[in-house]
Amino acid sequence: MTEKNFNSDSEIIKPVHTSKVGGSPFKGVAGWIDNRLPILRIFKYEYLDFQVPKSLNYFWSLGGILMVCLIFLIITGVTLGMHYKPSSSEAFNSVEKIMRDVNFGWLIRYAHMNLASFFFIAVYLHIFRGLYYGSYKEPRQLMWLLGIIIFFMMMATAFLGYTLPWGQMSYWGATVITNLFSAIPVVGKFIVTWLWGDYAVGDSTLNRFYVLHWLIAFGIVGIVVFHVIALHIVGSNNPSGIEPVDTRDTVSFAPYTTSKDLFAMLVFLLIFVLFMMYIPNYLGHPDNYIPANPLVTPAHIVPEWYFLPYYAILRSIPNKLLGVIAMVSSIAMLGLLPWLDLSKVRSSVFRPIWKQFIFLFVLDFFLLMYLGKMPPEGVYVILSRIGLAYWFMFFLIITPLVSIMETPLQMPNSIHEYEDWKKKGKIKTLKIF
Amino acid sequence: MSNKNNNSPEKKNRRDFITVATGALAAVGVGAAIWPIINQMNPDSSVKALASIEVDLSSIKEGQETVVLWRGKPVFIRRRTNEQILEAQKVDLKDLKDPEPDSKRVKKAEWLVLIGVCTHLGCVPTFGKGEYGGWFCPCHGSVYDVSGRIRKGPAPLNLEVPNYEFVSDTKIKIG
Repeated sequence: MTEKNFNSDSEIIKPVHTSKVGGSPFKGVAGWIDNRLPILRIFKYEYLDFQVPKSLNYFWSLGGILMVCLIFLIITGVTLGMHYKPSSSEAFNSVEKIMRDVNFGWLIRYAHMNLASFFFIAVYLHIFRGLYYGSYKEPRQLMWLLGIIIFFMMMATAFLGYTLPWGQMSYWGATVITNLFSAIPVVGKFIVTWLWGDYAVGDSTLNRFYVLHWLIAFGIVGIVVFHVIALHIVGSNNPSGIEPVDTRDTVSFAPYTTSKDLFAMLVFLLIFVLFMMYIPNYLGHPDNYIPANPLVTPAHIVPEWYFLPYYAILRSIPNKLLGVIAMVSSIAMLGLLPWLDLSKVRSSVFRPIWKQFIFLFVLDFFLLMYLGKMPPEGVYVILSRIGLAYWFMFFLIITPLVSIMETPLQMPNSIHEYEDWKKKGKIKTLKIF
Repeated sequence: MSNKNNNSPEKKNRRDFITVATGALAAVGVGAAIWPIINQMNPDSSVKALASIEVDLSSIKEGQETVVLWRGKPVFIRRRTNEQILEAQKVDLKDLKDPEPDSKRVKKAEWLVLIGVCTHLGCVPTFGKGEYGGWFCPCHGSVYDVSGRIRKGPAPLNLEVPNYEFVSDTKIKIG
């Protein structure tokens, strides 16, 4: 019966190590713990001794800022969850109770609401950083893709969260977005009913959206862990796009990066607090303080500002299915960048032509954002189509073409030489920071 | 390392069969375990049971519309004027995105009964707005005519006609 003769003499005996206790750089209690659970040494190696390029500018503080946003969102979200009721008859009133009665409820809700917006501000700057300095190129492609996944999950979470107060915008936002799935041929209709648990957005929809809002939020934490692990394997990119070679090119993470990041975080939080305290509803819609009414769609329905560019793309195409495809793929295009940009030079500092197209792309983003807010008629539709055309041309035509045809500027050999050139004014860099 | 004499073709086939059978059974098992978790999200019988409502039409004046809620969705009941009926009937079907004659969309030409949900992304179109005098969807600009047919904009289909019947001259039952 036996196929293998396990006790044959030809079997090679190898030692095994099921216990890996030991090797900690710490002594005493810290060493005892670290030998059994190596989190302290991971922290030491990856956050205290970790070497980062010395040329990093404030764009590189955004990762830390995003982390802080995520943590604050979870803390405020958990506390809001202690007072919120996810049912169509109680949701609106429970939010009003949070605003009026719950101790500091107004503060926690306004913090959660505005943090969501500031999370998107930071993530858009973070994505721009990656775009401008070529952070998506070898060997950081996987990290970039994880980032795109996080971005998609963020959008899902933000959308689900926006439905929870059960105001008019919540209700009709939920209706429009879930109906996007009805564009899928044949099965679309069934998917929408399945998502709703009813024949229209209703009580069962709200209940499950509440659960999914939590689920995907914690899913983001999981993917962020992967994103950060990948970062600590491939290392940080930097404004020069040149990999560090020796200690002349780097500084250690603590105290140099930590103190710089801390300053950036405080400035960011200061602006956030100004919004939260003085204009807490500036980024929202007054219609959402009207309870949901399934019989009346608000005359002017627009999503939150961070969705406007994609909303403009959706509306610019007069065909339902194609509109939905264009909207989803406009974001997914970012994921193809590592394979569309064939240039070996990472940083736009050395790519004079590509740099112009990136700035145009940023302009296009803001143009579409503006158009998403305007009514879907006349000149706005035409401008949206132009914006849409540039968006896709940028990724599918301009990026590969420019990356092949452009001659990059002369590059320094190392980061410390780059810093030297910068001081002498030999290279032009972004002067924002 | 091992005896090679067991690798006869016949044995390999038997082993393959066991592998495929095990895999197939595992797939059925996983499917049977996942289905309840997926299907729990679908509307249950109590939701489906909210089947029909009766609406009294006598209070609706000519040229006006009333909106009732049926299965969580608004239903438009519009009493059309003679001009509107004529206009809806004379439209060339070639001009329509979703060609359907007006006669197929009504039971009595005077009464138009529609599910008031835009076939684009589910908003409720506004009564009497838009260049065809029917409805205009404020969300993405779809325009419907006085028969509820899509004339302009991103919506792919005409406004849906629900199942309904006339119980008497002034009363209908929807669903």
